[in-house]
Amino acid sequence: MTLDAVLFFVFGGIAVAAAVALILLRHPIHSALALIVVMAALAVLYLLQGAEFVAAVQIIVYAGAIMVLFVFVIMLLNAAREERTNLSRAARYLGVPVAVLLTAELAYLVWHASSANPSQAAGRTDVTRPLALMLFRDFVFPFELTSIVILIAILGALVLARKEP
Amino acid sequence: MTANAVFSWLVVALAKSAVLLLVTLTVVAYLSWFERKLVAHIQSRLGPYRVGPHGLLQPLADGIKFLFKEDPTPAGVDRFVYFAAPFVSLGLAMSAIAVIPFGPPDAQIEVFGHRTGLAVANLNIGLPFLFAITALGVYGIALAGWASNNKYALMGGLRSAAQMVSYELALTLSVVGVLLQAGSFNLNEIVASQDGRWLGFVPRWFFFPQVVGFFCFFTAAIAETNRSPFDLPEAESELVAGFHTEYASFKFAMFFIAEYTSMVIVSCLATLLFFGGWQSPFPEGRWFAWTAYLPNLALLGGGVLLLLDGLRYHRRGKRIALALLGVILLGAAWLCLAPETNRILQGPFWFLAKLFFFLFVYVWIRGTLPRFRYDQLMSFGWKVLLPLSLANALGTSLLVVLRQP
Repeated sequence: MTLDAVLFFVFGGIAVAAAVALILLRHPIHSALALIVVMAALAVLYLLQGAEFVAAVQIIVYAGAIMVLFVFVIMLLNAAREERTNLSRAARYLGVPVAVLLTAELAYLVWHASSANPSQAAGRTDVTRPLALMLFRDFVFPFELTSIVILIAILGALVLARKEP
Repeated sequence: MTANAVFSWLVVALAKSAVLLLVTLTVVAYLSWFERKLVAHIQSRLGPYRVGPHGLLQPLADGIKFLFKEDPTPAGVDRFVYFAAPFVSLGLAMSAIAVIPFGPPDAQIEVFGHRTGLAVANLNIGLPFLFAITALGVYGIALAGWASNNKYALMGGLRSAAQMVSYELALTLSVVGVLLQAGSFNLNEIVASQDGRWLGFVPRWFFFPQVVGFFCFFTAAIAETNRSPFDLPEAESELVAGFHTEYASFKFAMFFIAEYTSMVIVSCLATLLFFGGWQSPFPEGRWFAWTAYLPNLALLGGGVLLLLDGLRYHRRGKRIALALLGVILLGAAWLCLAPETNRILQGPFWFLAKLFFFLFVYVWIRGTLPRFRYDQLMSFGWKVLLPLSLANALGTSLLVVLRQP
């Protein structure tokens, strides 16, 4: 097994374990911390694929900005430990079968894709420039459209949160 | 890479990390001495003076004190988070040092027959890596405040989370101008692109075209490291000690070391991004050949100063200690006359000189400016710093596009 493969399984395992912990832990802050670990482990997986910039952005945006906001809100609301509930009826009859189905589908796809797509050795070249060219030249319209959608969401949140005069 | 190559690379990297860790911890310890001394002189006091000559052994005494103090854990803390927070803070701050290039990549030293550069790692994404580390740094403080089960600590943690999220945007946007001009994320390449002169004597440092960017960067960086005048997370007049109220002994020391290490990292970044990193401010040429001996001159001056000052002391122990230190510096000055050593020394010397300057500015600002009020802090970050750095990024990109054929 190469070093890359060992690292992949180590950090893949960490990501899965943290994701399970995220669901099982009872305190919201602990769950948020587990989610940060998932993000960090994913960043390492991106790094193993040679996508350095994506890995750094994953940490900066998800772990560094979005999760800080999550933690901030949980701290501000002073949320306490959550009571564990039994599965609701919707979750039992709809959620579990759909989850199993989705997992099976993903496993099937990954199983077949891995044999068809030979893994490329992670090149030590600059991958940031091609990424930028793709985002701002080839796909500039969808990219800008996405930012406008996000802007509208921000404005909507502001309008909803503003107190009536 | 073969297994052997991986192994030897690993050994060298570990050795370099260990050396760097020790050096950083010592530097950070003496940074606290330097800060206390400088702030004292700004306020017309003498500062630490009793422990060792000029209080030079004060950091050592402080370290021992931290180790031996009682370390009570308050009731009702969230034990895992409470214990993890100082480790998160210190670990992140320390790992950022690994990507800082202290000298040019061709100034290499030989370790166990293995030629290696001065930085531990030369990453293609050096700058985003550092920003990722900074972005994660907030967790140490916010979680420490939350886990302590103390209202002042929680207030400090909340303030720091809000402050760091607000100023991180300005911090990241302020360096976009530099990135556009350098065309790379690699710290080595960013410094290399600042090579050369304007009009034959002004160094091509990004500080000159990016003055606005630099001021946005440095202001946001001070806020990001929670230093005065942005030290609201630990405002002692309002919050006892803020997020580390409930931490004692070495856990407190870990936060302390982490804060000072981030100061060093920010100063390193300012040097690398805006002031040409390891490059000399003097142009090359016959008239400036003597500047190669400035490191020797600095060591010589320091040595003579210590010798003279040491001989003035009336306590024998201090007289001998200072004089001995002076002699060691003189010896180092003599050793560095050798051409090979002198060549390797050039990069680190200028880097450290600039680093020292920024650390001085940090302490200077702390000694002179009063703390912001919380609403002032927020409105300054969002209404002044962010639009300014955004405008700077826009203007720079316009210039870059116009200059392209």
